Amino acid sequence: MRRNKVFATGVAALALGLSLTACGTTEDGGNGGSDADCDVKLAFFGPETGDAAGLGKPIIQGTQLAIDQYNEDADCKVEFVKYDSQGSPDEAPALATEAAGDESLIGVVGPAFSGESAAAGDTFAEAGLPTITPSATNPTLADNGWDTFHRALGNDATQGPAAAKYIKDTVKAGKVFVIDDASEYGAGLAGIVEKDLADAVVGTDTIQQKQTDFSATVTKVTDAKPDAVFFGGYYAEATILVGQLRDGGFDGTFVVADGVKDPAFLDAKDAAEGTIITCPCIPDTEPAVAEFAADYEAEFGEAPGTYAAEAYDAATIFLDGIDEGVDNRADMLEFVNNYDDEGITKQLKFDEKGEPADVHVYAYTVKGGAIVPEGEIK
Amino acid sequence: MNFEFLFNNLPELTITGLAFGAIYALVALGYTMVYGVLQLINFAHSEVFMYGTFAMLWTVMALNGAEADGVKLIAILIAALFLAMLMSAAIALILERVAYRPLIKRDAPRLIALISAIGASFVLAELMGLRDKVAEWLGLDDNLDDYVSGARINNSMAGVLEKPRFDVAGVSVSSIDLIVIVAAVGMMVLLDQFVRRSRLGKGIRATAQDPETASLMGVNPTRTIQVTFLIGGIMAGIAAFLYMLKIETTRFDVGFLLGVKAFTAAVLGGIGNLRGALLGGLILGVAENWGSALFGTEWRDVIAFVLLVLILLVRPTGLLGESLGKARA
Repeated sequence: MRRNKVFATGVAALALGLSLTACGTTEDGGNGGSDADCDVKLAFFGPETGDAAGLGKPIIQGTQLAIDQYNEDADCKVEFVKYDSQGSPDEAPALATEAAGDESLIGVVGPAFSGESAAAGDTFAEAGLPTITPSATNPTLADNGWDTFHRALGNDATQGPAAAKYIKDTVKAGKVFVIDDASEYGAGLAGIVEKDLADAVVGTDTIQQKQTDFSATVTKVTDAKPDAVFFGGYYAEATILVGQLRDGGFDGTFVVADGVKDPAFLDAKDAAEGTIITCPCIPDTEPAVAEFAADYEAEFGEAPGTYAAEAYDAATIFLDGIDEGVDNRADMLEFVNNYDDEGITKQLKFDEKGEPADVHVYAYTVKGGAIVPEGEIK
Repeated sequence: MNFEFLFNNLPELTITGLAFGAIYALVALGYTMVYGVLQLINFAHSEVFMYGTFAMLWTVMALNGAEADGVKLIAILIAALFLAMLMSAAIALILERVAYRPLIKRDAPRLIALISAIGASFVLAELMGLRDKVAEWLGLDDNLDDYVSGARINNSMAGVLEKPRFDVAGVSVSSIDLIVIVAAVGMMVLLDQFVRRSRLGKGIRATAQDPETASLMGVNPTRTIQVTFLIGGIMAGIAAFLYMLKIETTRFDVGFLLGVKAFTAAVLGGIGNLRGALLGGLILGVAENWGSALFGTEWRDVIAFVLLVLILLVRPTGLLGESLGKARA
């Protein structure tokens, strides 16, 4: 009996320990203009550290570049602050409350992910703090009636059909197996692809995040013998999954979406070759972003990562507002809602739900150990 | 429920399940042995395993395993196996010395040792997760960059191994899965015989039965406890090696879920019982795979723990139920 008690206490203590590790956030002060600032701040909201830091970095740097360029010849320097949510929906609400409490903060680039956007959206809407996400693509985010919500890229309702179209028309797959990771983002996207492909879907499975052994899923795939596998999820699982699928004998096309478009996916080495990645993010080879890409590389010593250009566009909208003398949230919100100008990635204009009026989805492929653009999916 | 799929693919699902179950079993040994001797759950054992996976990864990186093949690759893998065992054994011994021995000496309640173990587990995991910062403090970040970068994301050695598959009676089998199962079961049999027949093994069993009488008979309890941790560490090192052969990817928190599963396997088989750990691990691995096939992979953990509850309801001491001390010689 005593033994059982020890177990119970152990499990309880373990659970407590687990929940404790979720704390410990860092909030970095910006390093924007320190001289002659006029107490106006823009913020990044998303993962700066943590598991998804790799996806947050280009967004931070794209925003940073836009603000630095603006500050160079502005009398009124804009300060850049970062709210590091680690990409976690659990962290987001408290951080959003903190952001809402800072009255000099009048625009947020982010939240970066769909899960944290859903968790923090109410707080931003109540505070009237306008947000423009350069990367959260779950379609339902726009249906919450948050007038502060804006999205600088196409959502999964546009990315999903584009992925399905690519699988049908370009990969010419007659049989497709659809896998998702049960996340807000992955399950939503996989659902759309599944619906669009209809009869072509020969099977589905749902994995768990942080899972490492996918043998049951692999057996399901090899049993169904599909021409292509679509995976809705992030790169951490995709990297291991594609390796095990290839080892299991799957030799069709592996198709994934923007959550996998990260250099870490290339860790899968040969198994990653030929993978198709769809993304509403503009390739840096497009002429429109060439100048941005050159500036970015000069500043940070690396080519712009996924969503750097979208983040740059999002920050530019806010900066244009500040340039016109906007210095409070209500005016900024109105300014963003009525914005209509050419950005580097697309024509920047939002409909009444905050969705972009102009949407492009691009295909990328893994070739020779690099992610290379294949062109726009039209 | 997809019974047809399960029956059509039963051999494949069983073999891949056994392979992962064998890894659970090897890690479960560490929990079970320490429990048998000290009646204490070593929750930091999952980190002993995690450090082993990194020892393997770093060895392969340092010896440039990605470009080696044939005999050279095998030599690198053998070196990686020994270093993984060495690393895990070292971490287990350090744990015993730092987190347990001072408490046991002072006759602290079991609960205190449990908290100490959980604390040690977090310290070890975060130390690995922050290794880039640690290297920075030590001024070694330039030299060690390949080894400490990406401290909080997956670290992969994919592409080092070819994993040929072959057909046995129409069933496609991965060579790695076979190696994992054979190696793990082989190690378990060896260990079982060691504990049953050797002088040290008798000492371990005697201490498990009655530490005071054992020490009167000339068994050094401190040394016996050390040996127990050492063996658990070596087994976790082997598990780490086999895990990396199969999954090829690790990260600083990889031990957590695997540790919980291995602990479950130990309880399932009867904690404190070596053969129980093997049985529990294999059953858990197969049940997870069959369950994933029947209900969908998202139910994998639910199935594992429902199974645990059901078995404990019927047999509260686990399947084999005997303690380490009562093992028949």
